[in-house]
Amino acid sequence: MRKMSYAGAIVEALRTSLSEDPTFSLVGSYVLGLGPKRILMDSIRTEFPDRLYDPPTSEAAIVSIGAGAAMAGARPFVDIGTASFSYVGWSPMVNEAAVARYMSGGSLRVPVVYHMLHGLRGGGAGQHSGSPQAMLWNAPGLEIVLPSSPYDVKGLMRSAIKSDNPTIFINHARLMDIEGDVPVEDYTVPFGRADIKRAGRDVTLVATSFVVHAAMSAAEQLVADGIEVEVVDPRTLVPLDHKTILDSVYRTGRLVIIDEAPLSCGVASEISAIIAEEGFEYLRSPVVRVTRPDIPVPFSKPLEDAITPTADKVIAAVRRIMDPRLKKSAPRLS
Amino acid sequence: MKVSPLDRKTSLSIFDRMLMMRYFEEAVLRLHQERQFASHFHLYIGQEATGAAVLEALGDKDLICTTHRNHGHLIGRGSDPGQTMAEILGRSSGLNRGRGGTLHASDPSRGFLSTSAIVGGCAGLATGAAFGIKTKRESNVAVGFFGDGSLEEGLVIESFNIAALWKLPVIYVCENNSAGAMGPQQGGYPTAITATDSFTRLPAAYGIHCVKVDGADIAAVYAAATEATQRCRAGQGPAFIEAFTVRWPGSSPLWPEPATVTDLNEAWDPARLKGPHVAWLRDHDPLLRTARDIVAHGYVSQDEVMAHDKDARARVEAGAAFAIESPMPLSETAHEHVFA
Repeated sequence: MRKMSYAGAIVEALRTSLSEDPTFSLVGSYVLGLGPKRILMDSIRTEFPDRLYDPPTSEAAIVSIGAGAAMAGARPFVDIGTASFSYVGWSPMVNEAAVARYMSGGSLRVPVVYHMLHGLRGGGAGQHSGSPQAMLWNAPGLEIVLPSSPYDVKGLMRSAIKSDNPTIFINHARLMDIEGDVPVEDYTVPFGRADIKRAGRDVTLVATSFVVHAAMSAAEQLVADGIEVEVVDPRTLVPLDHKTILDSVYRTGRLVIIDEAPLSCGVASEISAIIAEEGFEYLRSPVVRVTRPDIPVPFSKPLEDAITPTADKVIAAVRRIMDPRLKKSAPRLS
Repeated sequence: MKVSPLDRKTSLSIFDRMLMMRYFEEAVLRLHQERQFASHFHLYIGQEATGAAVLEALGDKDLICTTHRNHGHLIGRGSDPGQTMAEILGRSSGLNRGRGGTLHASDPSRGFLSTSAIVGGCAGLATGAAFGIKTKRESNVAVGFFGDGSLEEGLVIESFNIAALWKLPVIYVCENNSAGAMGPQQGGYPTAITATDSFTRLPAAYGIHCVKVDGADIAAVYAAATEATQRCRAGQGPAFIEAFTVRWPGSSPLWPEPATVTDLNEAWDPARLKGPHVAWLRDHDPLLRTARDIVAHGYVSQDEVMAHDKDARARVEAGAAFAIESPMPLSETAHEHVFA
């Protein structure tokens, strides 16, 4: 299989979709962010000049227009840019796109993709570092996709564009340069199917998007401690693959979640609650959430570093729950 | 704009839409008073000429998004009165299986994509529907109906900009019904709160074709809407129609009240007018005015008008009976229709 950058895989998915479906169009073209990989979009601009609409800086309107165009039977891909800007378009996203099908009693489809770049990027501070996936998870009716690898992003983006539902496609600026295996041929990665990025018997570590790489780094470093960590990447929050996460916790008896959304009511909170309700008896130690704390994102590097969920923080959490002195809360059922 | 008189067929078709709208709304009010449904709601009484004439100017494939004062637009578009009333009553046989209700009823099978009860929300959706039309290279148009209060929302102004930039085939129909409305000072609905002295200044600033019309004059509205659709279909970009109507006295605070009850005989026999709202009925009721006009033009006799009236009342009553007899949705179906 050939190696390709994450950004290149996105461009390939967009090119295939543009070639395949004449009703598919792009509203906004900074899908790859403003880093050096952005030039890869130039080929799309050249090949499909009449399919790409660069809108004014009007997030509310482009979100609404995406919803309306989808209702009219088109397939728009709306690029919001930095995920923090999506808050400007919250009403049409949450009040229109998310609920339109339900309010219509199932007679309307809203096949729009909203694309955004979330997360800590280095100096993004309070208005360019947002991770709105947990807030959006609280708006029923939206599919939420968070890829972490070049292979996944191509396949998930193809699925998102084909989906008949409003789909929030959340990338991370720091993923763009990552290289990985990407098939030349077209394929899809189905929604609602988690990927076990690394198998391990001792601890289940759930991660999405960029922090999957921190999770993998932590898992590799913990081998030296004799600890085998299983890294589970749900890939989509809606729909969420409960079974793969539960089965993993059943095998390991321990759960750590790393995520960039803030702690309270975050992605890690929801996964913790699912395990508490559906897999409580599997647990041999408390669940640990390694997330951004409940504070705005600071600008200064040492401050931003302090709030960033990292491999080191995961390693500390895993060592704590693997400590044999920790009281075992329940016998393992396996 | 020079307005030519409407022909007989068009006049009667618009009038029939207006009759259905009016009696549907009177039935909604009655069913609310009978506690058949509990939510708050908005009636289209007094604005029928605008909606009916705009809808008359549209084709079957044109797309419609509207605002919370939506019943008239649905009925005027031809949605089934029974299914529409059933939706307002939250019944399983409703247009939207009881998921939408009065505030969100839609009928996508008739191109009626959405009722958004978020003020100004429909302007963005209609602009989007027009963008969808453009990307699909089709020749239909999208219409967004909204009230004058929507012009206070940023989304609406942003939508004007994009519609003008991309020459989208969208017609914004601003139904200005603030005249005669009680403001909050009188304990009434909020009316438009704006620093502009003319709403058309806002879309005009983006080069959008703007027309002001008397919203109770079917010929004027039909002419404006026809011109707007022709411009859109010719690729000349969006249009904005501001239609002025005088607020129906029943649009009282929070819930509509039965301020007037329609009797078309009042159209040609002013001696029958009575009660506290004679002035509105005489000068501003678009249904009485249109009935009077089509008789005056010699298009129909008074007896023929009353036959149309009877037919519309019967259709609405059959729909209301269907809605009342329809079952409520089963509670275990609440999870259905979230995703396609």
